[in-house]
Amino acid sequence: FFSLSSCPYLSEKITPAIPAIGGILFFFVMGTLLRTSFSDPGVLPRATPDEAADLERQIDIANGSSSGGYRPPPRTKEVIINGQTVKLKYCFTCKIFRPPRASHCSLCDNCVERFDHHCPWVGNCVGKRNYRFFYMFILSLSFLTVFIFAFVITHVILRSQQTGFLNALKDSPARYPFTEAYSVVCFFSVWSIVGLSGFHTYLISSNQTTNEDIKGSWSNKRGKENYNPYSYGNIFTNCCAALCGPLSPSLIDRRGFIQPDTPQLAGPSNGITMYGATQSQSNMCDQDQCIQSTKFVLQAAATPLLQSEPSITSEELPLPGKTSISGPCATLTLGQPTPPSSMPNLTSDSGLTDIIPLKEEHEGHQFLTPEEAPSPPGMLPSGSPITHSHTMHVLSLASQDSLHEDSVRGLVKLSSV
Amino acid sequence: PLPQVHSLQELRRSASLATKVFVQRDYSDGTTCQFQTKFPPELESRIERQLFEETVKTLNGFYAEAEKIGGSSYLEGCLACATAYFIFLCMETHYEKVLKKISKYIQDQNEKIYAPRGLLLTDPLERGMRVIEISIYEDRCSSGSSSSGSSSSSSGGGGGGAGGR
Repeated sequence: FFSLSSCPYLSEKITPAIPAIGGILFFFVMGTLLRTSFSDPGVLPRATPDEAADLERQIDIANGSSSGGYRPPPRTKEVIINGQTVKLKYCFTCKIFRPPRASHCSLCDNCVERFDHHCPWVGNCVGKRNYRFFYMFILSLSFLTVFIFAFVITHVILRSQQTGFLNALKDSPARYPFTEAYSVVCFFSVWSIVGLSGFHTYLISSNQTTNEDIKGSWSNKRGKENYNPYSYGNIFTNCCAALCGPLSPSLIDRRGFIQPDTPQLAGPSNGITMYGATQSQSNMCDQDQCIQSTKFVLQAAATPLLQSEPSITSEELPLPGKTSISGPCATLTLGQPTPPSSMPNLTSDSGLTDIIPLKEEHEGHQFLTPEEAPSPPGMLPSGSPITHSHTMHVLSLASQDSLHEDSVRGLVKLSSV
Repeated sequence: PLPQVHSLQELRRSASLATKVFVQRDYSDGTTCQFQTKFPPELESRIERQLFEETVKTLNGFYAEAEKIGGSSYLEGCLACATAYFIFLCMETHYEKVLKKISKYIQDQNEKIYAPRGLLLTDPLERGMRVIEISIYEDRCSSGSSSSGSSSSSSGGGGGGAGGR
Protein backbone atom coordinates (compact mmCIF):
# COMPACT_ATOMS: atom_id res chain seq x y z
CA PHE A 1 0.00 0.00 0.00
CA PHE A 2 2.77 2.33 0.92
CA SER A 3 4.59 1.68 -2.28
CA LEU A 4 1.48 2.01 -4.38
CA SER A 5 0.18 5.17 -2.89
CA SER A 6 2.82 7.31 -1.36
CA CYS A 7 6.00 6.20 -2.98
CA PRO A 8 5.51 7.57 -6.45
CA TYR A 9 4.46 10.94 -5.09
CA LEU A 10 7.26 11.13 -2.59
CA SER A 11 9.91 9.93 -4.94
CA GLU A 12 8.94 12.63 -7.37
CA LYS A 13 8.79 15.31 -4.77
CA ILE A 14 11.66 14.60 -2.45
CA THR A 15 14.03 11.87 -3.44
CA PRO A 16 13.84 8.34 -4.86
CA ALA A 17 15.96 7.17 -2.01
CA ILE A 18 12.85 6.90 0.11
CA PRO A 19 11.29 3.82 -1.46
CA ALA A 20 14.75 2.35 -1.78
CA ILE A 21 15.42 2.60 1.93
CA GLY A 22 11.93 1.37 2.63
CA GLY A 23 12.54 -1.62 0.43
CA ILE A 24 15.80 -2.49 2.14
CA LEU A 25 14.22 -2.21 5.54
CA PHE A 26 11.36 -4.39 4.43
CA PHE A 27 13.64 -7.13 3.22
CA PHE A 28 15.62 -6.96 6.42
CA VAL A 29 12.43 -7.35 8.43
CA MET A 30 11.34 -10.33 6.39
CA GLY A 31 14.78 -11.90 6.67
CA THR A 32 14.87 -11.67 10.43
CA LEU A 33 11.29 -12.87 10.67
CA LEU A 34 12.07 -15.97 8.65
CA ARG A 35 15.19 -16.62 10.64
CA THR A 36 13.29 -16.33 13.89
CA SER A 37 10.51 -18.58 12.70
CA PHE A 38 12.63 -21.31 11.32
CA SER A 39 15.48 -21.55 13.73
CA ASP A 40 15.53 -23.81 16.72
CA PRO A 41 14.91 -21.71 19.83
CA GLY A 42 16.99 -24.01 21.97
CA VAL A 43 14.79 -27.04 22.35
CA LEU A 44 15.93 -29.58 24.91
CA PRO A 45 15.51 -33.09 23.62
CA ARG A 46 13.61 -35.51 25.80
CA ALA A 47 15.52 -37.85 28.02
CA THR A 48 16.36 -41.32 26.79
CA PRO A 49 14.54 -44.09 28.67
CA ASP A 50 17.70 -45.04 30.52
CA GLU A 51 18.20 -41.54 31.81
CA ALA A 52 14.59 -41.24 32.83
CA ALA A 53 14.74 -44.50 34.71
CA ASP A 54 17.91 -43.45 36.46
CA LEU A 55 16.40 -40.13 37.52
CA GLU A 56 13.23 -41.81 38.76
CA ARG A 57 15.29 -44.17 40.84
CA GLN A 58 17.19 -41.32 42.40
CA ILE A 59 14.03 -39.40 43.15
CA ASP A 60 12.43 -42.44 44.75
CA ILE A 61 15.43 -42.88 46.94
CA ALA A 62 15.37 -39.24 47.93
CA ASN A 63 11.66 -39.30 48.76
CA GLY A 64 11.61 -42.61 50.51
CA SER A 65 9.08 -44.88 48.84
CA SER A 66 6.84 -42.78 46.65
CA SER A 67 3.52 -42.11 48.27
CA GLY A 68 1.30 -39.83 46.16
CA GLY A 69 -1.50 -41.29 44.07
CA TYR A 70 -1.53 -41.32 40.32
CA ARG A 71 0.92 -38.51 39.91
CA PRO A 72 3.56 -37.96 42.55
CA PRO A 73 3.96 -34.43 43.89
CA PRO A 74 6.01 -32.08 41.71
CA ARG A 75 9.68 -32.75 42.09
CA THR A 76 12.05 -29.90 42.57
CA LYS A 77 15.73 -29.51 43.15
CA GLU A 78 17.27 -26.44 44.63
CA VAL A 79 20.42 -24.88 43.37
CA ILE A 80 22.29 -21.87 44.55
CA ILE A 81 23.31 -19.68 41.68
CA ASN A 82 25.37 -16.63 42.39
CA GLY A 83 23.91 -16.37 45.85
CA GLN A 84 20.27 -16.79 44.88
CA THR A 85 18.32 -19.97 45.51
CA VAL A 86 16.75 -21.23 42.32
CA LYS A 87 14.27 -24.09 42.14
CA LEU A 88 14.72 -26.52 39.29
CA LYS A 89 11.51 -28.20 38.32
CA TYR A 90 11.09 -31.66 36.94
CA CYS A 91 9.33 -31.80 33.59
CA PHE A 92 6.97 -34.78 33.39
CA THR A 93 6.73 -34.65 29.63
CA CYS A 94 10.39 -34.44 28.85
CA LYS A 95 11.45 -36.42 31.92
CA ILE A 96 14.28 -34.11 32.83
CA PHE A 97 15.05 -31.58 35.46
CA ARG A 98 14.82 -28.33 33.61
CA PRO A 99 17.91 -26.16 33.59
CA PRO A 100 17.46 -22.75 35.16
CA ARG A 101 15.52 -20.35 32.93
CA ALA A 102 14.19 -23.16 30.81
CA SER A 103 10.49 -23.70 30.50
CA HIS A 104 8.16 -26.12 28.85
CA CYS A 105 6.11 -24.65 26.05
CA SER A 106 2.75 -26.35 25.78
CA LEU A 107 2.25 -25.16 22.20
CA CYS A 108 5.50 -26.61 20.95
CA ASP A 109 5.42 -29.42 23.53
CA ASN A 110 9.09 -29.04 24.25
CA CYS A 111 11.28 -27.67 26.95
CA VAL A 112 13.12 -24.62 25.63
CA GLU A 113 16.28 -23.17 27.08
CA ARG A 114 16.11 -19.60 28.31
CA PHE A 115 12.45 -19.57 27.42
CA ASP A 116 11.20 -16.11 26.64
CA HIS A 117 7.71 -16.58 25.24
CA HIS A 118 5.89 -18.30 22.44
CA CYS A 119 5.26 -15.72 19.77
CA PRO A 120 2.16 -16.40 17.66
CA TRP A 121 3.20 -13.81 15.07
CA VAL A 122 6.38 -15.64 14.44
CA GLY A 123 4.84 -19.05 14.97
CA ASN A 124 7.69 -20.26 17.12
CA CYS A 125 9.00 -20.10 20.64
CA VAL A 126 11.54 -17.44 21.36
CA GLY A 127 14.40 -18.88 23.37
CA LYS A 128 18.12 -18.81 23.75
CA ARG A 129 19.07 -19.47 20.16
CA ASN A 130 16.71 -17.20 18.35
CA TYR A 131 16.25 -14.33 20.77
CA ARG A 132 18.66 -12.11 18.91
CA PHE A 133 16.86 -12.67 15.62
CA PHE A 134 13.56 -11.91 17.30
CA TYR A 135 14.93 -8.72 18.75
CA MET A 136 16.36 -7.65 15.42
CA PHE A 137 13.00 -8.41 13.87
CA ILE A 138 10.99 -6.21 16.19
CA LEU A 139 13.60 -3.49 16.16
CA SER A 140 13.72 -3.33 12.39
CA LEU A 141 9.97 -3.61 12.20
CA SER A 142 9.58 -0.63 14.49
CA PHE A 143 11.97 1.35 12.32
CA LEU A 144 10.01 0.32 9.27
CA THR A 145 6.65 1.28 10.72
CA VAL A 146 7.98 4.62 11.96
CA PHE A 147 9.50 5.20 8.56
CA ILE A 148 6.29 4.42 6.73
CA PHE A 149 4.19 6.42 9.10
CA ALA A 150 6.43 9.43 8.83
CA PHE A 151 6.35 9.42 5.09
CA VAL A 152 2.66 8.84 4.79
CA ILE A 153 2.14 11.89 6.96
CA THR A 154 4.62 13.81 4.88
CA HIS A 155 2.72 12.85 1.82
CA VAL A 156 -0.54 14.14 3.20
CA ILE A 157 1.08 17.34 4.41
CA LEU A 158 2.76 18.05 1.14
CA ARG A 159 -0.43 17.52 -0.75
CA SER A 160 -2.39 19.65 1.66
CA GLN A 161 0.09 22.45 1.17
CA GLN A 162 -0.88 22.46 -2.43
CA THR A 163 -4.58 22.08 -2.22
CA GLY A 164 -5.63 22.61 1.38
CA PHE A 165 -6.01 19.91 3.99
CA LEU A 166 -9.60 18.88 3.43
CA ASN A 167 -9.16 18.80 -0.28
CA ALA A 168 -6.16 16.61 0.11
CA LEU A 169 -8.16 14.15 2.17
CA LYS A 170 -11.01 14.15 -0.32
CA ASP A 171 -8.77 13.88 -3.25
CA SER A 172 -6.57 11.06 -2.08
CA PRO A 173 -8.94 8.12 -2.41
CA ALA A 174 -9.11 8.87 -6.07
CA ARG A 175 -5.44 9.23 -6.86
CA TYR A 176 -3.68 7.68 -3.86
CA PRO A 177 -6.02 5.09 -2.44
CA PHE A 178 -6.27 4.21 1.22
CA THR A 179 -3.88 6.80 2.51
CA GLU A 180 -5.90 7.86 5.55
CA ALA A 181 -6.94 4.38 6.54
CA TYR A 182 -3.38 3.35 6.18
CA SER A 183 -2.08 6.11 8.36
CA VAL A 184 -4.52 5.26 11.12
CA VAL A 185 -3.53 1.61 11.06
CA CYS A 186 0.08 2.64 10.94
CA PHE A 187 -0.32 4.88 13.93
CA PHE A 188 -1.57 2.10 16.17
CA SER A 189 0.91 -0.43 14.96
CA VAL A 190 3.74 2.02 15.48
CA TRP A 191 2.85 2.39 19.11
CA SER A 192 2.50 -1.30 19.79
CA ILE A 193 5.65 -2.35 17.97
CA VAL A 194 7.75 0.45 19.36
CA GLY A 195 6.41 -0.38 22.79
CA LEU A 196 7.37 -4.01 22.38
CA SER A 197 10.85 -3.09 21.21
CA GLY A 198 11.28 -0.84 24.19
CA PHE A 199 10.15 -3.59 26.52
CA HIS A 200 12.56 -6.09 25.07
CA THR A 201 15.38 -3.58 25.17
CA TYR A 202 14.71 -3.27 28.87
CA LEU A 203 14.68 -7.06 29.24
CA ILE A 204 17.93 -7.45 27.41
CA SER A 205 19.68 -4.79 29.40
CA SER A 206 18.64 -6.40 32.66
CA ASN A 207 19.17 -9.92 31.32
CA GLN A 208 15.71 -11.20 32.09
CA THR A 209 13.28 -13.23 30.09
CA THR A 210 9.68 -12.23 29.49
CA ASN A 211 8.73 -15.25 31.54
CA GLU A 212 10.73 -14.07 34.53
CA ASP A 213 9.51 -10.53 34.20
CA ILE A 214 5.89 -11.55 34.16
CA LYS A 215 6.30 -13.76 37.16
CA GLY A 216 8.33 -11.14 38.93
CA SER A 217 11.01 -13.65 39.79
CA TRP A 218 13.71 -11.11 40.33
CA SER A 219 11.77 -8.03 41.19
CA ASN A 220 12.49 -6.04 44.30
CA LYS A 221 8.91 -6.40 45.43
CA ARG A 222 9.51 -9.96 46.48
CA GLY A 223 12.11 -9.13 49.01
CA LYS A 224 15.04 -6.90 49.59
CA GLU A 225 17.51 -9.67 48.91
CA ASN A 226 16.05 -10.65 45.59
CA TYR A 227 18.19 -9.88 42.59
CA ASN A 228 18.81 -11.38 39.20
CA PRO A 229 21.66 -13.88 39.48
CA TYR A 230 22.20 -14.05 35.74
CA SER A 231 22.82 -10.39 35.14
CA TYR A 232 26.39 -9.37 34.54
CA GLY A 233 25.77 -6.17 36.42
CA ASN A 234 26.54 -3.94 33.49
CA ILE A 235 23.92 -2.96 30.89
CA PHE A 236 26.40 -3.00 28.08
CA THR A 237 27.66 -6.49 28.93
CA ASN A 238 24.12 -7.77 29.23
CA CYS A 239 23.25 -6.46 25.79
CA CYS A 240 26.36 -7.81 24.18
CA ALA A 241 25.94 -11.19 25.77
CA ALA A 242 22.38 -11.52 24.60
CA LEU A 243 22.91 -10.27 21.07
CA CYS A 244 26.47 -11.03 20.15
CA GLY A 245 27.33 -13.94 22.40
CA PRO A 246 28.24 -17.38 21.11
CA LEU A 247 25.45 -19.29 19.43
CA SER A 248 25.17 -22.87 20.57
CA PRO A 249 24.27 -25.41 17.90
CA SER A 250 20.91 -27.06 17.76
CA LEU A 251 20.48 -30.10 19.99
CA ILE A 252 17.62 -31.68 18.12
CA ASP A 253 17.82 -34.12 15.31
CA ARG A 254 15.40 -32.92 12.68
CA ARG A 255 16.05 -35.83 10.37
CA GLY A 256 15.63 -38.57 12.89
CA PHE A 257 12.87 -41.10 12.77
CA ILE A 258 10.39 -41.72 15.52
CA GLN A 259 9.82 -45.40 16.19
CA PRO A 260 6.05 -45.90 16.38
CA ASP A 261 6.36 -48.41 19.21
CA THR A 262 8.60 -46.55 21.55
CA PRO A 263 7.97 -42.88 20.86
CA GLN A 264 11.31 -41.27 21.28
CA LEU A 265 13.37 -38.91 19.21
CA ALA A 266 16.17 -40.85 17.62
CA GLY A 267 19.51 -39.46 18.73
CA PRO A 268 19.58 -35.71 19.28
CA SER A 269 22.57 -33.90 17.92
CA ASN A 270 22.57 -34.00 14.17
CA GLY A 271 23.20 -30.31 14.22
CA ILE A 272 26.82 -31.34 14.42
CA THR A 273 26.82 -33.97 11.72
CA MET A 274 25.77 -31.35 9.27
CA TYR A 275 29.14 -29.76 9.72
CA GLY A 276 31.01 -32.97 9.41
CA ALA A 277 32.22 -33.46 12.94
CA THR A 278 33.18 -36.90 14.09
CA GLN A 279 30.63 -38.66 16.25
CA SER A 280 31.55 -40.92 19.07
CA GLN A 281 31.22 -44.48 17.98
CA SER A 282 28.83 -45.76 20.58
CA ASN A 283 25.67 -44.69 18.79
CA MET A 284 26.76 -45.20 15.22
CA CYS A 285 24.75 -48.34 14.53
CA ASP A 286 21.41 -47.04 15.76
CA GLN A 287 21.78 -43.68 14.17
CA ASP A 288 22.91 -45.09 10.87
CA GLN A 289 19.94 -47.35 10.69
CA CYS A 290 17.61 -44.57 11.61
CA ILE A 291 19.11 -42.27 9.04
CA GLN A 292 18.99 -44.97 6.36
CA SER A 293 15.40 -45.79 7.07
CA THR A 294 14.46 -42.16 7.01
CA LYS A 295 16.18 -41.66 3.68
CA PHE A 296 14.33 -44.67 2.40
CA VAL A 297 10.96 -43.35 3.47
CA LEU A 298 11.64 -39.89 2.16
CA GLN A 299 12.91 -41.06 -1.20
CA ALA A 300 10.03 -43.41 -1.58
CA ALA A 301 7.57 -40.72 -0.66
CA ALA A 302 9.14 -38.25 -3.02
CA THR A 303 9.41 -40.46 -6.08
CA PRO A 304 5.73 -40.89 -6.96
CA LEU A 305 5.56 -37.16 -7.31
CA LEU A 306 8.80 -36.89 -9.21
CA GLN A 307 8.62 -39.71 -11.66
CA SER A 308 6.66 -39.26 -14.84
CA GLU A 309 7.55 -42.34 -16.89
CA PRO A 310 6.33 -45.78 -16.09
CA SER A 311 9.51 -47.39 -17.30
CA ILE A 312 11.01 -48.62 -14.11
CA THR A 313 13.31 -51.52 -14.63
CA SER A 314 13.42 -53.66 -11.59
CA GLU A 315 15.24 -56.76 -12.63
CA GLU A 316 16.80 -57.13 -9.25
CA LEU A 317 15.11 -56.70 -5.95
CA PRO A 318 16.37 -53.40 -4.67
CA LEU A 319 18.36 -53.56 -1.48
CA PRO A 320 17.66 -50.78 0.96
CA GLY A 321 21.29 -50.17 1.67
CA LYS A 322 21.75 -48.82 -1.84
CA THR A 323 20.41 -45.41 -2.57
CA SER A 324 18.86 -46.02 -5.97
CA ILE A 325 15.66 -44.12 -6.06
CA SER A 326 13.81 -46.27 -8.55
CA GLY A 327 14.51 -49.34 -6.48
CA PRO A 328 12.50 -48.65 -3.37
CA CYS A 329 9.79 -47.18 -5.52
CA ALA A 330 9.35 -50.30 -7.54
CA THR A 331 9.28 -52.52 -4.51
CA LEU A 332 6.60 -50.49 -2.93
CA THR A 333 4.53 -50.44 -6.08
CA LEU A 334 3.96 -54.13 -5.71
CA GLY A 335 2.38 -53.58 -2.38
CA GLN A 336 4.47 -56.29 -0.83
CA PRO A 337 3.76 -56.49 2.84
CA THR A 338 7.12 -58.00 3.60
CA PRO A 339 9.80 -55.44 3.08
CA PRO A 340 13.35 -56.32 2.18
CA SER A 341 14.90 -58.10 5.09
CA SER A 342 17.48 -55.68 6.36
CA MET A 343 15.01 -52.86 6.83
CA PRO A 344 13.23 -52.54 10.14
CA ASN A 345 9.70 -53.68 9.55
CA LEU A 346 8.00 -50.74 11.11
CA THR A 347 9.52 -48.18 8.83
CA SER A 348 8.71 -50.00 5.63
CA ASP A 349 5.16 -50.73 6.63
CA SER A 350 4.41 -47.17 7.42
CA GLY A 351 6.28 -46.16 4.31
CA LEU A 352 4.06 -48.41 2.28
CA THR A 353 0.83 -47.02 3.54
CA ASP A 354 1.96 -43.54 2.87
CA ILE A 355 2.99 -44.25 -0.67
CA ILE A 356 0.22 -46.48 -1.79
CA PRO A 357 -2.56 -43.91 -1.51
CA LEU A 358 -0.39 -41.60 -3.56
CA LYS A 359 0.16 -44.28 -6.11
CA GLU A 360 -3.53 -44.65 -6.73
CA GLU A 361 -3.46 -41.49 -8.72
CA HIS A 362 -0.83 -42.83 -11.05
CA GLU A 363 -2.50 -46.08 -11.74
CA GLY A 364 -2.05 -45.82 -15.44
CA HIS A 365 1.69 -45.90 -15.01
CA GLN A 366 1.99 -48.83 -12.74
CA PHE A 367 1.05 -51.66 -15.04
CA LEU A 368 4.49 -52.27 -16.38
CA THR A 369 6.22 -52.65 -13.06
CA PRO A 370 4.44 -55.70 -11.70
CA GLU A 371 5.22 -57.47 -14.94
CA GLU A 372 8.89 -56.84 -14.70
CA ALA A 373 9.29 -57.49 -11.03
CA PRO A 374 10.41 -60.93 -9.97
CA SER A 375 7.65 -63.18 -8.66
CA PRO A 376 5.13 -60.83 -7.14
CA PRO A 377 2.97 -62.89 -4.84
CA GLY A 378 -0.37 -63.55 -6.44
CA MET A 379 -0.19 -60.75 -9.01
CA LEU A 380 -0.92 -61.46 -12.65
CA PRO A 381 0.68 -59.48 -15.43
CA SER A 382 -2.51 -58.20 -16.98
CA GLY A 383 -4.25 -54.88 -16.79
CA SER A 384 -7.41 -54.90 -14.72
CA PRO A 385 -6.72 -57.66 -12.18
CA ILE A 386 -3.73 -55.69 -11.05
CA THR A 387 -5.78 -52.62 -10.52
CA HIS A 388 -8.31 -54.52 -8.50
CA SER A 389 -5.91 -56.46 -6.37
CA HIS A 390 -3.86 -53.35 -6.02
CA THR A 391 -6.82 -51.38 -4.79
CA MET A 392 -7.93 -54.07 -2.42
CA HIS A 393 -4.48 -54.43 -1.10
CA VAL A 394 -4.40 -50.71 -0.61
CA LEU A 395 -7.62 -50.73 1.33
CA SER A 396 -6.64 -53.49 3.69
CA LEU A 397 -3.26 -52.03 4.41
CA ALA A 398 -4.60 -48.53 4.72
CA SER A 399 -7.22 -49.49 7.24
CA GLN A 400 -4.72 -51.30 9.43
CA ASP A 401 -2.01 -48.76 9.42
CA SER A 402 -3.71 -45.40 9.50
CA LEU A 403 -1.83 -44.60 12.67
CA HIS A 404 1.48 -45.36 11.03
CA GLU A 405 0.48 -43.32 8.06
CA ASP A 406 -0.24 -40.32 10.19
CA SER A 407 3.01 -40.56 12.02
CA VAL A 408 4.96 -40.91 8.82
CA ARG A 409 3.15 -38.02 7.21
CA GLY A 410 3.87 -35.91 10.22
CA LEU A 411 7.43 -37.06 10.14
CA VAL A 412 7.88 -36.22 6.47
CA LYS A 413 6.59 -32.74 7.16
CA LEU A 414 8.95 -32.42 10.10
CA SER A 415 11.91 -33.59 8.11
CA SER A 416 11.27 -31.23 5.30
CA VAL A 417 11.59 -28.20 7.52
CA PRO B 1 41.04 -57.51 39.31
CA LEU B 2 40.40 -55.41 36.25
CA PRO B 3 39.24 -57.11 33.07
CA GLN B 4 41.87 -57.61 30.39
CA VAL B 5 42.64 -54.80 27.97
CA HIS B 6 40.06 -54.37 25.25
CA SER B 7 40.01 -52.08 22.27
CA LEU B 8 36.73 -50.35 21.57
CA GLN B 9 35.64 -52.85 18.94
CA GLU B 10 36.56 -55.86 21.00
CA LEU B 11 34.70 -54.34 23.88
CA ARG B 12 31.46 -54.32 22.02
CA ARG B 13 31.83 -57.81 20.74
CA SER B 14 32.89 -59.59 23.85
CA ALA B 15 31.15 -57.58 26.53
CA SER B 16 27.55 -56.94 27.31
CA LEU B 17 26.12 -53.77 28.70
CA ALA B 18 25.54 -54.06 32.38
CA THR B 19 24.37 -50.63 33.37
CA LYS B 20 24.72 -46.94 32.69
CA VAL B 21 25.76 -44.20 35.02
CA PHE B 22 24.70 -40.63 34.41
CA VAL B 23 26.72 -37.63 35.45
CA GLN B 24 24.25 -34.78 35.77
CA ARG B 25 24.67 -31.12 35.09
CA ASP B 26 25.95 -28.74 37.72
CA TYR B 27 23.99 -25.50 37.64
CA SER B 28 25.65 -23.71 40.51
CA ASP B 29 27.38 -21.42 38.05
CA GLY B 30 24.25 -20.43 36.22
CA THR B 31 23.11 -21.71 32.88
CA THR B 32 26.57 -22.47 31.56
CA CYS B 33 27.25 -26.07 30.70
CA GLN B 34 29.12 -27.74 33.54
CA PHE B 35 28.96 -31.27 34.86
CA GLN B 36 29.12 -32.49 38.41
CA THR B 37 32.51 -33.76 39.40
CA LYS B 38 31.09 -35.92 42.16
CA PHE B 39 32.33 -39.46 41.77
CA PRO B 40 29.50 -41.96 41.13
CA PRO B 41 29.65 -44.93 43.51
CA GLU B 42 29.02 -47.41 40.72
CA LEU B 43 32.40 -46.61 39.27
CA GLU B 44 34.14 -47.21 42.57
CA SER B 45 35.63 -50.50 41.56
CA ARG B 46 36.15 -49.74 37.92
CA ILE B 47 38.25 -46.62 37.68
CA GLU B 48 40.40 -44.40 39.81
CA ARG B 49 38.62 -41.40 41.23
CA GLN B 50 41.28 -39.03 40.11
CA LEU B 51 41.14 -40.07 36.45
CA PHE B 52 37.40 -39.62 36.35
CA GLU B 53 37.53 -36.22 37.97
CA GLU B 54 40.19 -35.10 35.58
CA THR B 55 38.07 -36.12 32.61
CA VAL B 56 35.06 -34.23 33.87
CA LYS B 57 37.09 -31.18 34.79
CA THR B 58 38.67 -31.08 31.34
CA LEU B 59 35.26 -31.35 29.73
CA ASN B 60 33.98 -28.56 31.92
CA GLY B 61 36.91 -26.46 30.85
CA PHE B 62 36.11 -27.10 27.19
CA TYR B 63 32.49 -26.10 27.59
CA ALA B 64 33.44 -22.98 29.47
CA GLU B 65 35.76 -22.07 26.62
CA ALA B 66 33.00 -22.60 24.09
CA GLU B 67 30.57 -20.36 25.90
CA LYS B 68 33.04 -17.73 26.92
CA ILE B 69 31.95 -14.22 26.12
CA GLY B 70 34.75 -11.88 25.34
CA GLY B 71 36.36 -9.94 22.56
CA SER B 72 36.64 -12.72 20.01
CA SER B 73 33.11 -13.98 20.46
CA TYR B 74 31.69 -10.48 20.12
CA LEU B 75 33.70 -10.02 16.98
CA GLU B 76 32.37 -13.24 15.57
CA GLY B 77 28.83 -12.29 16.49
CA CYS B 78 29.05 -8.86 14.91
CA LEU B 79 30.71 -10.17 11.79
CA ALA B 80 28.01 -12.79 11.46
CA CYS B 81 25.29 -10.21 11.87
CA ALA B 82 26.92 -7.92 9.34
CA THR B 83 27.03 -10.69 6.75
CA ALA B 84 23.45 -11.70 7.55
CA TYR B 85 24.76 -14.96 8.95
CA PHE B 86 25.81 -16.13 5.52
CA ILE B 87 29.31 -16.42 6.78
CA PHE B 88 28.34 -19.58 8.61
CA LEU B 89 28.00 -21.30 5.28
CA CYS B 90 31.75 -20.98 4.96
CA MET B 91 33.07 -21.25 8.46
CA GLU B 92 32.16 -22.88 11.72
CA THR B 93 31.26 -21.00 14.83
CA HIS B 94 33.71 -21.00 17.68
CA TYR B 95 31.32 -23.15 19.65
CA GLU B 96 31.27 -25.80 16.98
CA LYS B 97 35.03 -25.84 16.77
CA VAL B 98 35.22 -26.50 20.48
CA LEU B 99 32.58 -29.20 20.20
CA LYS B 100 34.75 -30.96 17.66
CA LYS B 101 37.67 -30.76 20.04
CA ILE B 102 35.51 -32.23 22.77
CA SER B 103 34.41 -35.08 20.58
CA LYS B 104 37.99 -35.89 19.77
CA TYR B 105 38.97 -35.69 23.40
CA ILE B 106 36.22 -38.07 24.44
CA GLN B 107 37.19 -40.56 21.80
CA ASP B 108 40.76 -40.30 22.94
CA GLN B 109 39.82 -40.85 26.57
CA ASN B 110 37.67 -43.78 25.66
CA GLU B 111 40.44 -45.49 23.79
CA LYS B 112 43.15 -44.88 26.29
CA ILE B 113 41.51 -44.98 29.67
CA TYR B 114 37.90 -46.08 29.69
CA ALA B 115 37.72 -48.96 27.24
CA PRO B 116 40.52 -50.89 28.96
CA ARG B 117 38.42 -50.70 32.10
CA GLY B 118 35.24 -51.81 30.41
CA LEU B 119 33.65 -48.37 30.38
CA LEU B 120 32.44 -46.12 27.61
CA LEU B 121 31.84 -42.38 27.67
CA THR B 122 29.10 -40.93 25.51
CA ASP B 123 29.47 -37.40 24.22
CA PRO B 124 26.98 -35.19 26.12
CA LEU B 125 26.02 -33.59 22.83
CA GLU B 126 24.27 -36.81 21.90
CA ARG B 127 22.27 -36.65 25.07
CA GLY B 128 21.16 -33.08 24.59
CA MET B 129 23.84 -31.76 26.94
CA ARG B 130 21.92 -33.12 29.89
CA VAL B 131 24.27 -35.82 31.14
CA ILE B 132 27.55 -37.56 30.55
CA GLU B 133 26.51 -41.14 30.06
CA ILE B 134 28.99 -43.76 31.13
CA SER B 135 28.18 -47.27 30.03
CA ILE B 136 29.56 -50.06 32.14
CA TYR B 137 30.28 -53.24 30.28
CA GLU B 138 30.51 -56.70 31.72
CA ASP B 139 32.91 -59.19 30.29
CA ARG B 140 30.83 -61.98 28.80
CA CYS B 141 33.54 -64.52 29.33
CA SER B 142 34.04 -64.02 33.02
CA SER B 143 31.16 -63.80 35.44
CA GLY B 144 32.50 -60.46 36.61
CA SER B 145 31.36 -58.29 39.45
CA SER B 146 27.81 -57.28 38.85
CA SER B 147 27.38 -53.56 39.19
CA SER B 148 23.77 -53.40 38.09
CA GLY B 149 22.14 -53.24 41.48
CA SER B 150 24.50 -50.92 43.18
CA SER B 151 22.54 -47.71 42.88
CA SER B 152 21.12 -48.08 46.34
CA SER B 153 23.47 -45.52 47.76
CA SER B 154 22.38 -41.95 48.03
CA SER B 155 23.84 -40.70 44.80
CA GLY B 156 22.53 -37.32 43.71
CA GLY B 157 18.83 -36.94 44.21
CA GLY B 158 17.39 -34.28 46.43
CA GLY B 159 20.55 -32.55 47.52
CA GLY B 160 21.59 -29.36 45.78
CA GLY B 161 23.47 -29.76 42.57
CA ALA B 162 26.59 -28.26 43.98
CA GLY B 163 28.75 -31.07 42.73
CA GLY B 164 32.15 -31.77 44.07
CA ARG B 165 33.33 -28.22 44.32
